Amino acid sequence: MNGSISRLFAVVLLLFGLLIVWTSRWTVIDAAGLQHDRLNKLSLYASWQVKEGQILADNGDVLARSVPAGGGTWRRTYPMGSLFGDAVGFENIELGQNAGLEQFRLPALTATQQTTLGAVFGPISSSSVGNDVYTSLDPTAQALARTLLDGRVGNVVAIVPQTGAIQVMYSNPNYNSNDPFGCHGAGCEVPSAVAGEYPPGSTFKVVTTTAALNSGMYNPQSTIVGNSPLEVSGIPLHNDGNQSWGPVSLTTALVNSINTVYAQVGQNLGRATMAKYMARFGFYSEPPLDYPDEEMIASGERSSAGAPLQPVSSTYVDLGRMSIGQGNLLVTPLQMAMVVSAVADDGTLMRPHLTSKVVNPDGQVVEAITPTVYAHVMSPAVAHELQSMMTQVVEEGTGQAANLDGLDAAGKTGTATTVGDIDDAWFIGFAPATAPRIAVAVELTHIANGYGGVYAAPIAAQLMKLLLSEDL
Amino acid sequence: MIWSWARSVVGRGARAVREPRSYGRNRELFGLLPASLLLTAGLAAVFVQRSNSLSDASLIYGAIFLGLCVLGHLFIRVTLPHADPYIFPLVAVLACFGLVMVFSIYGATFARQQAQWFVLGLVLFVGTILVFRDYRKLEQYRYLIVIASLALLVLPRFFAPVNGAYLAVSVGPVSFQPTEFAKVGLVIFLASYLRDTRQLLASGRRIMGINLPPLKHLGPLLLLWGMAMVILLLLHSIGSSIMFYGGLLAILYVATSRVSFVVVGLLAFAVGAWYLSTHIAHIDSRVLAWEHPFNGTLYNEPGGSFQLANAQFSMAQGGLFGSGFGRALLTVPGTHAAYLPAPGTDMVYAVITDELGLFGAAALLCVYLVLIARGFKAAILARDSFSKLLATGLSAILALQIFVIVGGVTRVIPLTGVTLPFISYGGSSILANFVLVALLLMVSDRARRPAGATVSLEHA
Repeated sequence: MNGSISRLFAVVLLLFGLLIVWTSRWTVIDAAGLQHDRLNKLSLYASWQVKEGQILADNGDVLARSVPAGGGTWRRTYPMGSLFGDAVGFENIELGQNAGLEQFRLPALTATQQTTLGAVFGPISSSSVGNDVYTSLDPTAQALARTLLDGRVGNVVAIVPQTGAIQVMYSNPNYNSNDPFGCHGAGCEVPSAVAGEYPPGSTFKVVTTTAALNSGMYNPQSTIVGNSPLEVSGIPLHNDGNQSWGPVSLTTALVNSINTVYAQVGQNLGRATMAKYMARFGFYSEPPLDYPDEEMIASGERSSAGAPLQPVSSTYVDLGRMSIGQGNLLVTPLQMAMVVSAVADDGTLMRPHLTSKVVNPDGQVVEAITPTVYAHVMSPAVAHELQSMMTQVVEEGTGQAANLDGLDAAGKTGTATTVGDIDDAWFIGFAPATAPRIAVAVELTHIANGYGGVYAAPIAAQLMKLLLSEDL
Repeated sequence: MIWSWARSVVGRGARAVREPRSYGRNRELFGLLPASLLLTAGLAAVFVQRSNSLSDASLIYGAIFLGLCVLGHLFIRVTLPHADPYIFPLVAVLACFGLVMVFSIYGATFARQQAQWFVLGLVLFVGTILVFRDYRKLEQYRYLIVIASLALLVLPRFFAPVNGAYLAVSVGPVSFQPTEFAKVGLVIFLASYLRDTRQLLASGRRIMGINLPPLKHLGPLLLLWGMAMVILLLLHSIGSSIMFYGGLLAILYVATSRVSFVVVGLLAFAVGAWYLSTHIAHIDSRVLAWEHPFNGTLYNEPGGSFQLANAQFSMAQGGLFGSGFGRALLTVPGTHAAYLPAPGTDMVYAVITDELGLFGAAALLCVYLVLIARGFKAAILARDSFSKLLATGLSAILALQIFVIVGGVTRVIPLTGVTLPFISYGGSSILANFVLVALLLMVSDRARRPAGATVSLEHA
């Protein structure tokens, strides 16, 4: 009998070995797979118990904070409501859904400091507190952008050219971060300042001019015949009002936004040169913003909104029309703000960013965002030439509505025809013209006879005036 | 290899070392120290976790518990001076650990109830030893015991099922699990019955290399098989069925030393279980949840794989070292909705693994294993067949109960809600297992008693 008992105990040993092996499977061997199973809500539930840090404006105003939601859980609330909807995004902790800066900075907002004691025994306290995220957003200017848009559909982006710090990023319509699903209609689903697809119209002539000057093939005095119409890709292209200008300088062509001149310049520069300068400005790349990639879109030629990008080298691209910002070119307002920012910063494009620093609950800076160069787009000499050409646009050309007293602005208008006489009105500009400290892009969607110089330029001017006055 | 090692662990009767004088009673007393230290430290950890404050209550509870254990030890010292010195401290460690787990999972009220059950369990332990001082008297009542046990086993069938299985009887606020007591009774009966018939059963003819018992003696085997099937059929519980059938098959194997019984028995069980599990809806759903716990539809179905899948997630959270004592997520934060249903009873092993990790869970299994080894050792040292079979059966059924619930939680087998002995919250389990331990200690005392140094009545 004793032998049988020993053997029975051996069977028990085997059974218990089985239990330990299976426990190892779930705790160690298959643990990673289990933790990422879509049914596993443990990390979501854990996030409910974390008091996430605040998101703050450059003046310390609170844009997002956590408030108790009962039972040791927290929820997000947004004191500014819809003013920073696209920029800050939202987080619904209960559903585990988030967007915008709330999503991009989630690791910082939920970062919990692990002490040595905590590593051994687990956090002693039941709630953990995350880091605060400071942004460069300016609530006063953001509010002014909303006032100036006055309910019209459109976008405003303002960047400090020397640092890439974004001070204004406002879109209409804009969801209220406290109720992200309460916004209905076009523009609600995407942050249109970084994901909207608009034809840039004549504002793109700044890119074409950059390529023309920096490649050495043209200078501001180069003469081109600006008669209208001009056959481009087999279809007649007209100037505004079908006006024929005769031989004009490149400067005159920019000041008066002469389409037929720029179509010839673009075609003469060729696909490769245009592609090179567009790439330097950030076209055809995911915007380099501290924002979720899946919520942004690259600017460039597309057969239609949402379709794949078509490289400039493709014969499907109408090079002449692209050079004046028409054809199938679709851009984001952020992209055009980056274009004008590079001109204002003497040819150097700084990487744009919303975040300025991450600060832990003890007040120590955990991460400081230092300005970094995205691309050297053009030489400072070319940038200075372009700056003075754009100054003339405001002083004597299409952008005179931006010529406010004591502002000294420079810029370029854009009027992109969409359907019939419904236009997208654009203005990209910077100020002061001689020593730029702020760059803006303003876009108004679907305005009847919406000249950029009439609708967008005044908004840009007033905004720049406010930002410069605050800056003093 | 594992056989020879297993033999070296449980030892051999002939080589057993007898200790002079104290028979390890002082070792038993010192063995209680870790138990009360564990209780004190564990309760202190829960206090810190809950309120960031240390209370002297943990010390007081620790002291009271130590006092109770010392009383239990003194009682053993007087009544069973030769008994195995490790069994009682191991049980105390498990009970203390269980009390701390219940405290951290359900809070002070439930912990107090569990402590009261522990005290009642100790009373029953003392009562069992006093009444059946010579446990072989039990043999006289074996038919009474088997009828009572079978009645207890089917009793829950007349009450409402819990999660589809008939395992508990609820009368008003009181709920108890009669199967816990039935397991002890059935082991006593079978040990006694096979003591008488084992020679007959073992004397079979050898056909094609397999020992077949005379046909008329196949009866008991068929009876066991029938009982396991009836448990499946009536109680809808695969786990209980495995536990009873496996435990009784273990006794049969030790009684007859016939592997053929085990093989035939297991095959018969597999066929029957397969047939019934495909024909009883509740068992079928348990098997489905076991096979596909992460199926989205099954997960969200009532009575689906929600509990089992969440148990896996909790264990994955634990990792090697655990997420920390009292850190397991049991309810959905901010609500009272259960994330892990039955955390202190069926799912306590998942909670332990989450909080203490693989190492903690493995350590717990090792404590159980040592307890079971001491049980088998008592069986080996025992000098009469009834004692051997009784200790074997009790140890085996204890091991199988642990295997059924831990295996169910870790998905080795389909989940059945039986208790984790001495740790799960619940009175029936603690009471029944204290009776089981009392019987083991009595067998052990008798086995290790030096010949002639006894005052007991030697009969038969």
